[in-house]
Formats: sequence, structure tokens, C-alpha cells
Amino acid sequence: MSTTNLKSTINDQQSFLRSFKTAAWLGWQIESNWTDPFLFAVYSIVKPISSAAILVVMYSIITRGDFASPIFPYIYLGNAFYIYVGAVMAGISWAVIDDREHYKTLKYMYVAPIHIPTYLFGRGVAKFVVGSMSVIITILFGVLLLHLRIDLAAVNWPLFLVSLVIGVVMLAMMGLMLAGVCLLIAHHVWFLGEGVAGALYLFSGAIFPLDVLPPFLRWFGYLMPITYWLELLRRSLVSSVAEAFPTLSGLSNVQLLGILLGLTLVFGVLSAFIFRWCEYRARERGLIDMVSNY
Amino acid sequence: MTSAQWSVGEGHVKKTSGWRLFLKTIIARAYPRVIGQQREKSWMFFDVLLPMLAVSAYVFVYRAIGAPEEYIGFVVVGGAMTAFWLNVLWSMSSQLYWEKEQGNLSLYIIAPNSLMAILLGMALGGMLATALRAAAILILGSLLFNVQFAVVSFLQLFTVFLLAMVALYGLGMMSASLFLLLSREAWHIANLAQEPVYLVSGFYFPIKNLSFWVAAAASIIPLTLGLDAMRQLVFPSGPALGFLSVSIELAVLVILCLVFLTGARFLLAYMERLAIREGRLTESRR
Repeated sequence: MSTTNLKSTINDQQSFLRSFKTAAWLGWQIESNWTDPFLFAVYSIVKPISSAAILVVMYSIITRGDFASPIFPYIYLGNAFYIYVGAVMAGISWAVIDDREHYKTLKYMYVAPIHIPTYLFGRGVAKFVVGSMSVIITILFGVLLLHLRIDLAAVNWPLFLVSLVIGVVMLAMMGLMLAGVCLLIAHHVWFLGEGVAGALYLFSGAIFPLDVLPPFLRWFGYLMPITYWLELLRRSLVSSVAEAFPTLSGLSNVQLLGILLGLTLVFGVLSAFIFRWCEYRARERGLIDMVSNY
Repeated sequence: MTSAQWSVGEGHVKKTSGWRLFLKTIIARAYPRVIGQQREKSWMFFDVLLPMLAVSAYVFVYRAIGAPEEYIGFVVVGGAMTAFWLNVLWSMSSQLYWEKEQGNLSLYIIAPNSLMAILLGMALGGMLATALRAAAILILGSLLFNVQFAVVSFLQLFTVFLLAMVALYGLGMMSASLFLLLSREAWHIANLAQEPVYLVSGFYFPIKNLSFWVAAAASIIPLTLGLDAMRQLVFPSGPALGFLSVSIELAVLVILCLVFLTGARFLLAYMERLAIREGRLTESRR
């Protein structure tokens, strides 16, 4: 590699890093500076706990509080980690709407010397941090008050960390795909992230095993990387969950990891192409600074 | 020229005032809610689809843990009623905040009409438009999950629904005046009020299963008792799983209607004065 090319690569990397760090800081300010830290902490705790508590009450009514059954950690952990889907995937796509419709700054981002996908990933960092707080609080709440049994010594930490990292990257790439679509549409753009997250909640077996779904709907869950990601996270924390449900019990952890990695690559490549195409169309049709006032 | 006429150039435009203006304002503000929202078909689609996804997820959870079939019906009815709670939160409570953001609020104040009439119009329009969405969720959910209804009394059912709606939208009008003072935090507070209310109001399970005092405290939200009474009236096992008897719940709903509508009237006048004094009507802190 020539000296000029090397310098150019280093400059590009520095530019990406600067965009990412600045966007992350901006995202954090937007997420947190609307109120004082106490109210922000309450906000971060109450919402996920309430959401989990709905499922816990439903479960305890029907099973008369049988928290030892493997279905309970299945439901509880699936719901807790699903917070990342709403936070990271929907969060990255929301940055487009926020900047274009609310702050009306997206056009300035496009004229600034930054890399837009990197900027969008950076905006997702704050959502990831807030989401992580919610996930941790939800799991702690379950362990301390709801008899959720997680034996820290028995947790498969390497599997957990590897799955978590791959999953967050996968969610970020799916968020980029949605962000691209958001650049092109106006009227239902508010519902897009929420709609996709809602659909995946249903089809990825987040809170019930996939075999409860009618057979013709299950294939959709099998195609989604989130299904395998949630299964790996559950298995790494509570290994007994794997044997209790037949849906994915035939697959070993390594096989699940391979499928997750493969699907993440597929979605990653797909989202890069879709975002570039959508961005090109948005520029061509003059949609970057569109304000619908909805 | 009489006081009922207003001269514009050489022509005359009829001017209304008093009750006639009040009613016209209600209809004018209700119009975009009923007609305008139906024009945007994609909104209708998503407004039905999103609650249906949540309803389906909770139905499958109940099936996964082997719940009796009537719980599926409870979820479908609760899911339909979430449309009203979301409407009250996002299109009533925080509406004046949105209007402030878009610059319409000062126009509302300048115009010679009552802000109370504007809120009543929003409530009426929102209620009618949301009823369509709720009906769609109810019908779709019932067909998809084969829910069986056994209505005990249509008259009581209609009365409970009507009272719950009046009290709920009264609550929405009251909180709209509080939101008048909020800025960027309005969005977050409305967002925060979703899941906790789904939980304490028993949208997806009978409220009786929470402790008596939690259920009693949650009854301040009209949908808690409204939902409980409706479930008692439409499902055979409803009365056994009900929190209070339907007649007591009806009486409490009447009281809530009076409290919230009167409260909205006074609170709105107070908050409007306060917001004008503190210069918050045109403030837009993004």
C-alpha cells in the first residue's frame, strides 16, 4: 500500500470514529437531558419493569406461581433481552425521523463531512446504553423478587458475551435497513420501527416457544436471526431451557451460533445495499429535507 | 348591523357566539379527528395492526402456559381498549403540547372560542375515530382466536362503555391542561404512561388478581373498572373473575365522569392563566 493510500485510510477511520463518537454523545444528550437524573432513572426503570410485570402476573395467575417451570425463564429472559430490539433496531431508524421531522437537521448532516451510516450507528449507542440499563434492571428484578433462577457460576459467559455482541451488531444492521426505508416514506414512518419490532416480538419466539404458533407462521421465525440470538442468550444463562422446548432443542450451541453468524452476515450485506439504494433514491427525489408535519 | 353580523367588505358573514359558537367549535375540532384520520389509510392499518400484534403475542403466551380459553377473550377485549388509552395519551393529553410545537396553540387562544370546546371536540372526534379502530381489533381478534361472547345485558354493556369513555376522555382533557405546561418531557411522560397503565388496569388479565388496594387505586383510571365490568357482562366466567359488582362499578364510573369533567373545566382555566403568565404558550424547547 502506498503512503498516500495509507494516510487516506487512516483519515477515513479517524473520520468514522469522530462521526461515531459525536453522534453517540448527541444521542445521549437527546435521550437524557430532557429531565433531571432522578426522573430519568425512574423512567428507565418503570417502563421495562411494568412490561415484564404484565407477563409475570399473567403467568402467575395461570400457573399459580409455579416459577420453577422452565417456561418462566423462557418468557422472562426472552422479554428482557427483547428490549434491545426496540432500543437498537428501532432506535437507529428513529434517528432519521427525529433529525428530519423533529429537529429538521438531517440535511445539515448530509452536507457535513461525516459518514451517515456511522452517524446513525452512533445515534444508536445512547439507545443501547439505556436499553442495557433496562435489561439489567429487569433481570435483577426477576432474580431478586420473582424467583428467576440464574446460577452465576453455571452461566456460560463466553457464549453469552459472543451471542450478545453478534446480536447487537445484527440489530444495528437491521436498524440501518429500516433507517433507509424511513428516508423514503413519510406518512407511516412513525409506525415503521414499532411495527417491525412488534412483528418480530410475535414471530421470533421471544415470549413463547415457536411451536405454539400455527405451522405456516413458524417459518418466518426460523428465518429471523433474533430467534437464534434469544435462544442462545437463554441457553447461556439458564441451560435447562434448551431441553424443555422442542423447537430448537435439536441444535447445539455451536450450530445456533453458526446460524446466527450466517444470518447476521446476510442481513448485514442486505442492509448495506438497501440503505445505499434508499439513500440514493431519497437524494434523487429530494426527500432528505422533507417535512411532513405529521 | 346586528351583533350577529360581521362586515367583510361589502358582504356580511354570520357570526356566532355563546352556545352556538361552543357547539360549532366542538364540531369543527372533531371533524379532522373523524374525517381526516380516515383519509390516511396507512394510519388506520397501523393503528389496528400494532395492537393486534400485542394481542396475538399475549394470546400465544396464554396458550403456551395452558390458560383457559376465556383468558384469550379477556386479552382481545383488553387489546381493543388499548386503542382508547393510546388515543387519550397521545391525542388528548399531549395534544396541546403538539399544538404548541406546531404553533397552533397561540391561534387557539387568540380565537374567540373556548379552549374547553376545543378539548371536547378533540375528545368527541377521538372517541368516534378510535371506536372504529377498537371495533376492528375486537372483530379481527375474535375471528382469529375464536372468542365466544355471551352478553348478559346489552343496555348495561352500552352504559358501562359510554360512562367509561366519558370518564376516560374527561381524564384526558384534565391531563391536557397539565401537559400545557410541559415541553420536550411531554413525549417521554406520555410514553411512560403506557405499560404501567396496561399493568395496573388489567388490560390483559382480570384486575381482581392484583391485591384489593392496588385494584382500588387503579380504579382512578376509568378503563380499569370499565374493562372489568365489560368482561363481566360479555363472558360467562366474567362475574366470577370480576373485581366489584357491575352496579358498584357503574356508580363509581358516574362519579369519575363528574370529577374529571369538572376538574378539566377548572384545571384548564387555571393552567391557561398560568401558561400565559409564565409565557409558555409559544415556548418550543426541542
